[in-house]
Amino acid sequence: MAIDRAEVERIAELARLEIAPERMGRMATELSAVLEFVAALGRLDLARLAPSTFAPAGTPLRADELDDRRIPAAEALSAATEHDDGFFLVPPIVENVNP
Amino acid sequence: MSAPEAWRLSATALAARVRGGELAVDDAVEAGWRGPAGTWEAEVRAVVHADPAARAAARPREGPLAGVPVLVKDNICTTDYPTTCASRILAGYRPPYDATVVSRLRAAGAVVVGKGNMDEFAMGSSTEYSCYGPTRNPYDLDRVPGGSSGGPAAAVAYGLCPLALGSDTGGSVRQPAAFCGVLGLKPTYGRFSRYGLVAFGSSLDQVGIFARHTGDLAAAYAALAGPDPLDATTRPGEAPDVSGWRAGVTGLSFGWPANLWREGVDPEVVGGLEEAAARLERSGATRVTFDFLPGEYSVAAYYLVATAEASSNLARFDGVRYGFRHADSADLRALYTRTRSEGFGPEVQRRILLGTYALSAGYYDAYYLTAQRARTRIREEYRAAFARCDFLMMPAAPSLPFRLGEKIEDPLAMYLSDIFTIGANLAGIPGLSVPVGLSRAGLPLAVQMLGPEDGEPVLLRAAAVLEAGGEVARLEGEDTPEFAWPTKR
Repeated sequence: MAIDRAEVERIAELARLEIAPERMGRMATELSAVLEFVAALGRLDLARLAPSTFAPAGTPLRADELDDRRIPAAEALSAATEHDDGFFLVPPIVENVNP
Repeated sequence: MSAPEAWRLSATALAARVRGGELAVDDAVEAGWRGPAGTWEAEVRAVVHADPAARAAARPREGPLAGVPVLVKDNICTTDYPTTCASRILAGYRPPYDATVVSRLRAAGAVVVGKGNMDEFAMGSSTEYSCYGPTRNPYDLDRVPGGSSGGPAAAVAYGLCPLALGSDTGGSVRQPAAFCGVLGLKPTYGRFSRYGLVAFGSSLDQVGIFARHTGDLAAAYAALAGPDPLDATTRPGEAPDVSGWRAGVTGLSFGWPANLWREGVDPEVVGGLEEAAARLERSGATRVTFDFLPGEYSVAAYYLVATAEASSNLARFDGVRYGFRHADSADLRALYTRTRSEGFGPEVQRRILLGTYALSAGYYDAYYLTAQRARTRIREEYRAAFARCDFLMMPAAPSLPFRLGEKIEDPLAMYLSDIFTIGANLAGIPGLSVPVGLSRAGLPLAVQMLGPEDGEPVLLRAAAVLEAGGEVARLEGEDTPEFAWPTKR
């Protein structure tokens, strides 16, 4: 199945990526080639099979085990470009609707 | 042996000398830096973060790996070095915690001597997709070391350290090990903790080990394997005992799915495989021939499952909490988009897009669910094979190390270089690549062995037989043979 430029744009939007216009055509071609290749799976008889679940055999799901280790807030924040007073700083999230 | 020659020692021999007081810890840890790194590192570029002060800070004299220098791949968290996944988006990031595999290494006496180069976020098979530039193969500097763990593989190959850690999501330990002439083990899924390994494809990722000797692999495996309360996907119960790695292969049977290499595989790779099989037979193992599902199906399933998981796992890199942040964004949406578009390299973006597509409304059933059904089919194929033999033999890669730039413009060709390794990740089983000689042009030849879940002890027994019988091995006055070291050309 081929992907066109509009489709690349749609998925890039979902993935929060911006593909430069001059790279768009090439990306569409490359993704289409991979999708064409994976279509080979259609040759396998898979109808009777259940999809694999995340947890592989031998690693049954279990409850999280909490311990009392803590990373101090200042240390956790220190890797961020911008932080202030114990918070991560980001650009405005909502417009000021009631100035 | 004089201190400067200590870099030639196996990890276990080095640790024994440190524990016995015959070798100073400093001489053990620094041997590779004072010796072969001076010859090789400027051209090979295996290491992306190093710090003599951090190396000097640890002076362990006890433990099974006392004083053993270990290079750790740049996607495994360390408090004393940055962890950037060779990506601009994590520039300068220094984690506030050690990965469990790193704390277990340190507890065993090992010293982390730096961080190894890799394809960005472990997405690649050549270590060319790194924000630090490529690593080169010490056996031929015009060729790739394989990937994605090319830095750790090349470092062990040229003698910086006898052990290194990588990660293997689709072959990223076994394929570079094969290209660099060292051993590379991907354990059973869940045997090594993933806590502190930056996630790529969570149902496929495993930390793996590079070594030059089977005994070193066994020692490192024993130090690292076992349940971890910090990783819910570790296997409960004790890890299998690998101390019997010298037991030989008498009475074992190996599967020989020759249909897999009838075409599309370098004849020298096939020749190395046949010689290794004959050696195992002479040592008492039995060959069982049968056909196996072609590897193309594994590659196809993998590039949907792995990219789907990656698109989800890499959503956390948004410029807010760590690493690179685009400087000029008017709103939060723009901050995310610009940070990710400038922070991720082209291959990572390609895979995020593919995974997002496979998971998106209208395509989920056709792609993601189909791939997960195929994964079930592939697991059944391995289960049926292991009902007939103790382990499987096949190539680690279809070709010898390829030239830099040879596949970088063709993503699909790059993906197909993992055709023999990807199945083990989909099935969650252990795999080990073992060097078996050099090609006519002097490039490493290797074979891969795959075992059932918790089959590591059998794989190590077979590796020890191949290592001891290696026709290119040469004795250096130690109790273990050495694979031919690379020579400068």
